[in-house]
Amino acid sequence: MPSQFLAEIIIEGKKNARDPEGETIMRDLMIKHGYDMVTSVRSGKILKVTLEAKDEKEAKEICWKMVNELRIYNPIAHVCTIQIVK
Amino acid sequence: MPMRVIVIQFSGSTCDRDLVSAMKDVMGWEVDLVWYNNALKHLEGYDAIFLPGGFTYGDHLRAGIIAAYTPVMKKVKNLANEGLPVLGICNGFQILVESGLLPGALIGNDTLRFSCKWTNLRIETTRSAATNIANKGDIWRVPVAHGEGRYFLDEKGLKDLNENDQVVWRYVNDNGETTKVANPNGSIENIAGICNLEGNVVGLMPHPERATEAIISPWGSEHGKFFFQSLENYFGGR
Repeated sequence: MPSQFLAEIIIEGKKNARDPEGETIMRDLMIKHGYDMVTSVRSGKILKVTLEAKDEKEAKEICWKMVNELRIYNPIAHVCTIQIVK
Repeated sequence: MPMRVIVIQFSGSTCDRDLVSAMKDVMGWEVDLVWYNNALKHLEGYDAIFLPGGFTYGDHLRAGIIAAYTPVMKKVKNLANEGLPVLGICNGFQILVESGLLPGALIGNDTLRFSCKWTNLRIETTRSAATNIANKGDIWRVPVAHGEGRYFLDEKGLKDLNENDQVVWRYVNDNGETTKVANPNGSIENIAGICNLEGNVVGLMPHPERATEAIISPWGSEHGKFFFQSLENYFGGR
């Protein structure tokens, strides 16, 4: 019997690609409002995917196959991480 | 014989009619504007395929990615690999990159804003289907209008792109220099457009179709015409 899993697919820019959104959030929101202990912010995109699989391992494998096959992230500009949260 | 070309219209294309008007009314070409699913059966027999600008599928996930996965793009890829000129403008460029026909990525402008302005484009190579009547170093005035136009490539990819003479245009100032101010989106090395190794697949963020008539240029220039005239010459020269 397959079970349902919730996967979080996180797509963020590579370190060497500037992230002006993250920079602006840090500089103009956090630091300007007293949170000057913040030293780095990177913005990204998260896809919460609910899927059926026989176990957690298979759920993760399906997600990796999917993100690579459908270019959910562009490996030139982004890094992708996948975690099964439940 | 006038050029005969097809413009593929996707859900969310918005510059398709501008492009048709430039090629039909200004250049005198025969142009078919075809819905992407119908284009699947009618791609044969054209001199070139155009992917117009716009916001296909609402730019969801990434600009161009969903259009890149439509069945018609598989066929466009095959024809491009056979040597047919395929030209992508703005969102069309994003589709070419996402479909793997051109290398790299187009990510959000470093200004975090939609950039809509006239730019200067310096010709970096004349071997592409869209620049072969130009001289290296010529400057064309052509406008941009995009939110995700920052061209990005890793170090090795960039080295290959330069060594293989695939950079077609760079954003420059009036003196022809690649300055930060002249770069509307933060593109790496001020790159505005590129081509594949063979030069038949060309993509650029600026809109040559919006620069083909003097009446809509602040300088009375018609530099966008050179883009289309190059394509005519590409055929004449073959």
